Amino acid sequence: MSGAANREAVFPTRMTLTLMKGKLKGATTGHSLLKRKSEALTGRFRDITRRIDEAKRKMGRVMQVAAFSLAEVTYATGDSIGYQVQESVKNARFRVRAKQENVSGVYLPQFEAFYIEENNDFKLTGLGRGGQQVQKAKEVYSKAVETLIELASLQTAFVILDEVIKVTNRRVNAIEHVIIPRTENTIKYINNELDELEREEFYRLKKVQDKKQRDAAAQAAELAAKQALDAGHLRAPSALTQSAPEDLTADKDDDIIF
Amino acid sequence: MSQTSKDRSFIAVIGDEDSVTGLLLAGVGHLTEDKRKNFLVVDNKSTVEDIENAFDEFTSARKDIAVLLINQHIAEKIRYKLDGYTNAFPAVLEIPSKDHPYDPEKDSVLRRVRRLFGE
Repeated sequence: MSGAANREAVFPTRMTLTLMKGKLKGATTGHSLLKRKSEALTGRFRDITRRIDEAKRKMGRVMQVAAFSLAEVTYATGDSIGYQVQESVKNARFRVRAKQENVSGVYLPQFEAFYIEENNDFKLTGLGRGGQQVQKAKEVYSKAVETLIELASLQTAFVILDEVIKVTNRRVNAIEHVIIPRTENTIKYINNELDELEREEFYRLKKVQDKKQRDAAAQAAELAAKQALDAGHLRAPSALTQSAPEDLTADKDDDIIF
Repeated sequence: MSQTSKDRSFIAVIGDEDSVTGLLLAGVGHLTEDKRKNFLVVDNKSTVEDIENAFDEFTSARKDIAVLLINQHIAEKIRYKLDGYTNAFPAVLEIPSKDHPYDPEKDSVLRRVRRLFGE
């Protein structure tokens, strides 16, 4: 396998082994945590896409009603009020503010519509004719814009979640397919090296032992040889000394007469 | 992110005259201090360039816009820009107009939804 290619450049010692084992444990924990996060986000994401789909359909209906009420205005006032409306715009009455919602550590914005009631740029619109219709159109369109804002929040959440899920999945995959195998390889490599060292050490010890034994044997042989040589030179005294303790009483000597 | 979304409070509109008029009646229109509008009326005389400029202004140049509403048939003209637009703020929303009913097949966001779920 790729013992040398896919591993970290570490020195194979017991300390790095402990370090790597810690790292592997951390990576495994991180992997499972991130995986859970990704699952939670995906669940949320599916929920949001479903709601977007619904909201888009609803928007279609709402905008249709709104367009119809505007047509009523045109009909009542006799001519298009577009120009007048565009020219009398000054300050926005309808505004949004963004709140934030926390979903598994991701901040999702939520737009919230609010009105500044004192701002009314269209006091004079429809004054002559069709005032009621204008009022109605205003209300209908306000409702419509509220729906749109809701949809905008969902859509923004969708975009952000999409991004975050991509990042999270990338991390999960990186840990799963790069970091964990690499750490495992490194651990394997260190183990191999340590075993190798151990075998070397064992072999060395064995050699030493061997040599010692050989030396001892040689020494013993030498000693024996020396003794044998000594014995050859001084046979009598050696025989005498050797047999001295026993032959005094045990052996019967023919030469002894009494 | 919180910094960018905090001070965004307006809704911008790019649309045909009726849509813009309606939305303005709801009260979304606003003039900045240097008299810049947050809406653009697109008619037969408007060029694609005008729309692109307005889109760029509302999405990148101005920092006070939270949502950009754009009529779908106008969005079609600058579709490549919308497909390339991925920022969260401002949120770009395609809305139907009186003459052009809403078609989910064309919506950039819904297309992404569909692509993600592999349909």
